[in-house]
This record gives sequence, C-alpha cells and structure tokens, in this order.
Amino acid sequence: MTDALVPKVADPKTVLRGSSPLADHSEGMSYLERLPRRLVTLYLPLSIILLVLLFPFYWMALTAIKPDEQLLNLEKFNPFWTWNPTLKHIQKLIFETYYPLWLWNTMLVAICATILSIVASVLAAYAIVRLRYRGAQWVGGAIFLAYLVPPSILFIPLSSVVFQYGLFDTPFALILTYPTILIPFSTWLLMGYFKTIPFELEECALIDGASRWQILTKIVLPLAIPGLISAFIFCFTLCWNEFIYALTFLSSTQNKTVPVAIVNEFVDGDIYRWGSLMAGALVGSLPLVILYAFFVEHYVSAMTGAVKE
Amino acid sequence: MTDAAISNTKPALRDPSAWDRLKVNSNWLSIWFMLPAAAFLILFLAYPLGLGVWISFTDARIGRGGNFVGLENYEWLWDDTVFWLSVFNTLLYTIVASIIKFAVGLYLAILLNENLPFKAMLRAVVLIPFIVPTVLSAIAFWWLYDSQFSIISWSLRKAGLISTNIDFLGDVWNARWSVIFANIWRGVPFVAITLLAGLQTVSPSLYEAATIDGANRWQMFRHVTYPLLTPIIAVVMTFSVLFTFTDFQLIWVLTRGGPVNATQLMATLSYQRAIVGGHLGEGAAISTAMIPFLLAAIMLSWFGLQRRKWQQGESND
Repeated sequence: MTDALVPKVADPKTVLRGSSPLADHSEGMSYLERLPRRLVTLYLPLSIILLVLLFPFYWMALTAIKPDEQLLNLEKFNPFWTWNPTLKHIQKLIFETYYPLWLWNTMLVAICATILSIVASVLAAYAIVRLRYRGAQWVGGAIFLAYLVPPSILFIPLSSVVFQYGLFDTPFALILTYPTILIPFSTWLLMGYFKTIPFELEECALIDGASRWQILTKIVLPLAIPGLISAFIFCFTLCWNEFIYALTFLSSTQNKTVPVAIVNEFVDGDIYRWGSLMAGALVGSLPLVILYAFFVEHYVSAMTGAVKE
Repeated sequence: MTDAAISNTKPALRDPSAWDRLKVNSNWLSIWFMLPAAAFLILFLAYPLGLGVWISFTDARIGRGGNFVGLENYEWLWDDTVFWLSVFNTLLYTIVASIIKFAVGLYLAILLNENLPFKAMLRAVVLIPFIVPTVLSAIAFWWLYDSQFSIISWSLRKAGLISTNIDFLGDVWNARWSVIFANIWRGVPFVAITLLAGLQTVSPSLYEAATIDGANRWQMFRHVTYPLLTPIIAVVMTFSVLFTFTDFQLIWVLTRGGPVNATQLMATLSYQRAIVGGHLGEGAAISTAMIPFLLAAIMLSWFGLQRRKWQQGESND
C-alpha cells in the first residue's frame, strides 16, 4: 500500500533554490536559446501567469487603503492607484467590530488544534515506523485513507456529535474536530521524516539502556525538527483556512473565527462595505503570509512531503 | 525491508530476557503511543462517517433525533431535479477545473524549472494564493466580480471590448465559469510547486540525449518529462480532484449556490438542506451520495495514471 505511493520528489530546498545535486548541469542546454526566443516562450507567459496570480492581492490591498469615494467612482479617479491612502477601513475594523476577538479566536483554535495534532501524530508516527507492532502497515494505510475523507461529507454527522458532547458554540468544538484533518496529514509527513533517521542511532541508545521514551525525546525528535516545523506550519495554515466546521459549529458572533465572521458579519446591504471587507481579508491573511515568508522551505517540504509519502 | 532484517537479527545478539521484556514493552508501548491519534480519529472521523450514513436513512431534523425511514431520503433525491443539477454542476466544476489546473500547473512548473533570475523568490511568490485562506481570497474575487464596480468589466469597457458591465455572478453560465476560474486560480500553485519538485529529479542528461537523437521540444516533453512525472502527477491529481469535488468555501462565499442553483455543488446543497433547512437526514443523504463519486474519482485518477507506470515495464517501487 505505502510502497506504491512513493514517487520521486526533489528536496524542498532545491525546489526553491533550484540548486540540485545536478547543479553543474543545471544550465543544461539553455545557452542554445537566444534572448528573443526566451522572451516569448518563457518570460512572457510567466509574467502573465504571475500577474493573474497576484492581481487579486494587489486589488485587495489597494481597496483596503482607498477612501470610499474613490472606490465607487471609477470614472473620476484612476482605479489602479490611489494618492491619498487611508487607514480608516482598518481603524473601523479594529475599533468598531469584534475583529481583534475573531483574530484571537482563530489563533487560539489554530494553535491548540495544531499542538494537539502534532503530539498525537509524533507518537503515532513513531509507533508505526519504529515500534513496528503487528498491523502497523495497515494502520499506516488507514491513516492515509483518513486523509482523503473530506470535511464536507463529515460536517452533518459531526454537528450532531458536537451537540451530543455539549461542545456546540465553544472553541472546543473546533479544537477537537480540526485534528481529524490534521492528524492524518502530519502523521503521514512525520512517518517520512522518522524513516530517514538511521536505525543504528536508536540501536546504540537501546544498548546504552535508554527507554523508548528517552529515545523519542532525546534522539528522534531533535533530528526531526525540520519535519516538526513543516508539520506545525502546514497544520496551522490548514486550521486558519478551515471554514465549513467553523460555520456549522459556531453560532454566536463573539466565538467566530475570522473566515466565518468576515463572510457572515460584514456582508450587509451597505455599498460602502467593500473597504472594510477587503481590510478584514487583508489583515486575516497577513499572519499566514508573514509566517510563510519566514518558513518557505519548510512549507514547500510539507507540501511535497505529503505527496511524496 | 532492510530495517526488518536488522530487527530480526537483533534478538540473537541480545540477552533473551531483555529481548522478551522489550518485545512485551514494544507492543504494550505501541498501544499507548497510538492512543491519542486513534482516539481522535475514531471519535471524530470514523464514528461520524458511520453516523452520517445512518442519519441518511432517518428523518432526523436539527434538535430532534430521527426515526428509521429506509431509503426514503434517497428516493426523494432521485426525483429531485435540484439534486441532479447539483451533481451536474459538481462534475462540470471538478472536470473542467482539474483539467485546466493540471495543464496550467504543469506549464507553470516547466517555466519555473528554467534558469531564471530571482528563481527562489519567484517560486515562493507563486505559492501565495495557496497560503491565503480560501475564504479571504474568495472575498477578493467577489469584489473583482462585482456587478457594478468590477475592475475587470471596467478595464474591458475602457479597452472597448464590451459596452456594458459583465454580470459575473448573476448569469447562469457566467457564474459557473467565474467560480471555476477562482478555483483554478487557487489550485494552480499547489499543482505547479509539487510538479516542480518532481521535475527537478529529471536529469538534464536525458534531455541532452534526446536532443542528440533529434527530438523537438514536444517530443522531449512527451517521451522524457511526462513518463518520468506520471507517478507524481497521479498523486497530485488525485488530491486536486478530491478537493475540487468536495469544495464548499469558494461557492459559499461567491454565490451560495445561486443564481437559481446554477453553481450549487453537492457540498453546498447538503449544507443548505441540512443546516439552513434543518433536514439533517436529507443533507446526510446528499453527502453520502458523494462517497461513490469520490471513490470513482480517486480510482480513475489514481489507477488511470498509475497504470502507465507499470506498462512501461518499470518496477512498482
């Protein structure tokens, strides 16, 4: 089962830097192509795609700082730029709505769910890869299948489960249900990392009389730190992104997470809502983009790692 | 394989009693190690999955447990034109979006694999649409698709291509293409970066050999790049199809299934019936009806692409 799922994937660092072990040849035969040709076949399509990919963000940021009258009067003002940016929308967001509270809720849920999932996944992945109990391979396969179960077919029964356990409209509803999305992913990712740690290290420790717990905390985990960071960041992003559970399990305004709150609380008939709506979307994405900027490589390794294993 | 061999030879080197203790410990320990993950997955994944199927056979409503009604919900759905419309929409959405995501993603991956200035930065920037929460970027699209103040309509009008604003989300087919475009926009970076990781394992010497044999660019792609990439394409596309098929957020933000259910997907319809309308049983029947489609989609993209690999006589590593 697991063996069939191992296509070759480059190391995450090389995905970003492009300096593979084959670096000496990385230029390949590109010297055969002259600049005009590269301009048409490479730079032009690339810049069109990049423009399309990034334009919504530019537009989001621009709308968030434009004064209202410029937003709606496309004829009088040049819509692609503004000379008098304003922080009014962001100010309104912070002081006139529950936005800071929503940010805090999202952060709390994301951090708690991520920590819970990582702890559970570390233990499970270690047991599957290294303790090799009977049926470990099947459990590994089952966890991969669990990764393929989408939230949109689970939210109805889960809502009644959440109700039965008395968790409805509390942060715990999300903290306890998000791990079902995160654990399969991070277990799978960490299994890959643990497999790369030489078995001999653990054998030495066993001979020296270390217990399994000591091996895990003193040998395996320190060596798997890149994997842990990847798993942590990716889980955090998934939590932040999650919508359908938060929409279904939370009802009061104060408990909502940013995505749900923006969709439900900002959308009214007011045609001047766009500024604050875009400010809300911008501020809500910033934490993730900043986190991403610092850990790009880990992020890519989580993404390709999930595919690789 | 080698690991197993090592652990099999180990007992011979050891004091038997120590080994026995370890063996007992190891199984006992495994249970403890698996416990937290298993508890979560059983309580909040396996149990609800079964419960969902059960609810679909009852007439449960919000706040009231249901009685067993057999296949009534399914019979009801069978005659429901809105349900069949949502099936059509979901299939259209999944098939069109997945194919375009794959094509553009692969193209972008190939472009990014070239020797470029600011390579690392470009590659990092490409991923941003995937990082930003779907709902928040969907809201940006909502504003881009606004019927009055859309910047796309404005630009096209200024360029003299159209005379009136495009009603992106108000017209049946416009709305469908608009949500498909937004989905593609979000999915392309994932496909591109994961395929790029696969592309980088292809040795340049293979291309050099192909050039010497007189292959043109298309032949190089078709007979060198593509065969080497198939395993990773299979995995990426399986994920892509799966997530597109079960998409909810994008539709919910942009159209909520409107206009006149033109963009109603199975996921949004089940939410509308179960949570908004309160008919849990009916909603659960719709979600359960997604499972065979999902399995078929996974099988198709998985085995369809995976088969090529062993047809080429490669060992199934």
